[in-house]
Amino acid sequence: MTGEILARLGEHVVLVGMSMALAAAVAIPLGIVLTRRPAWRRPVLGAASVVQTVPSLALFGLLIPLPAVGGIGTRTALVALTLYSILPVLRNTVAGIEGVDAAVREAGRGMGMTDAQLLRRVELPLAASVILAGVRTATVIDIGLATIAAAIGAGGLGVFIFRGLAMLDNATILAGALPAAVLALVADGALGLLERRLRPAR
Amino acid sequence: MAAFVELAEVSVRLEDGRTILADLSLAVAEGETLALIGRSGSGKTTALRLVNALVLPTAGTVRVAGRTTREWDPIRLRRQTGYVIQEGGLFPHLTVADNVGIVPLLEGWTAARIRARVTELLALVGLPAEEFAMRRPHELSGGQRQRVGVARALAADPPLLLLDEPFGALDPITRRELQREFRALTRRLGKTAVFVTHDLTEAARVADRMALLDGGRLLAAGTAAELVAHRDPVVRAFVEAAAP
Repeated sequence: MTGEILARLGEHVVLVGMSMALAAAVAIPLGIVLTRRPAWRRPVLGAASVVQTVPSLALFGLLIPLPAVGGIGTRTALVALTLYSILPVLRNTVAGIEGVDAAVREAGRGMGMTDAQLLRRVELPLAASVILAGVRTATVIDIGLATIAAAIGAGGLGVFIFRGLAMLDNATILAGALPAAVLALVADGALGLLERRLRPAR
Repeated sequence: MAAFVELAEVSVRLEDGRTILADLSLAVAEGETLALIGRSGSGKTTALRLVNALVLPTAGTVRVAGRTTREWDPIRLRRQTGYVIQEGGLFPHLTVADNVGIVPLLEGWTAARIRARVTELLALVGLPAEEFAMRRPHELSGGQRQRVGVARALAADPPLLLLDEPFGALDPITRRELQREFRALTRRLGKTAVFVTHDLTEAARVADRMALLDGGRLLAAGTAAELVAHRDPVVRAFVEAAAP
């Protein structure tokens, strides 16, 4: 049993890690673009919010028949988890960059920074802790959601939960639920620590 | 002396039709400090931001070193123009040394040259590098922050300095001290400067000449003595309001 828990925990961590990496790779650049193109903000944030309103079990199911992203297994689960994780990161990227003090931005532009230099040297470092807070929120949600991935054959700690539900066996459910809860707490604590380190002093 | 900065019949109108500046003509000679004075909303900050192309005129031309701000590459123009704003606009995530050395860094100077320049500038503004270089802006007093702001503006040795209410948030004693030092510094280094302030006394202390703006128009320009002797009732009102 312990061996299987560790194996499923490993699968779970991979699912969460990969989907968060994908979500960040999409949401952070997209969020930056939205700060440069305010007109796109409402439709894009709206679309990301709509995805979030689809019940998670339904989203996994709805993706299965789709070509390229669908099917049974890890790939479909990654797509669903990524879609769910985009919104918190996207929102915080926009809010973090918008929250940079106008005087600091004015100083940067006034000294002859290009837009890219302003972004890299001023806006992103100052927004980093807010962006990371979005990643942290998304990760904690993602760890819980990833248990559903087992329903479409993608493995992870959800395997125990679905097995326990089928067998009406609480011990088996807990074998999946407890490690998932601990994982969420650990991720939350570690990212929280990093977030505080990135927060600029005032 | 040739005009280093010249505004010729400049107007700035917003898209919603509001006029920020109307037919403003001003010249700043090389090595001269001009103070732009006026009440809040008089257009003095916009006039300043015209000079480094943060604002482009909707009519008229702004020339800096012979070229209009539309001809200048705005990045090049701003790298050669020191800019100091209220509270300094220091980067809170960077040390004092990195704040001061940022323009040289953008300009591709070597690390050793930047370090030497930062040490020199911090000494110039009275903040010894060994004590202040590694501090962050929140560990400084308001006056120290403004000194760092001035050092940062001077970093790449620009011929022109633009200052927007740089000492506005300081206590009167520190403010007085910085005004005196600023005056000595611009004279010694031969910089051309445009200094925005709403305070006539400050303008008289730091500048050679002053231009009084009201509602986006130039009301009067001249030395402090000339402004004090002015007959126009609005100019008189401004001068009398500033008198202790």
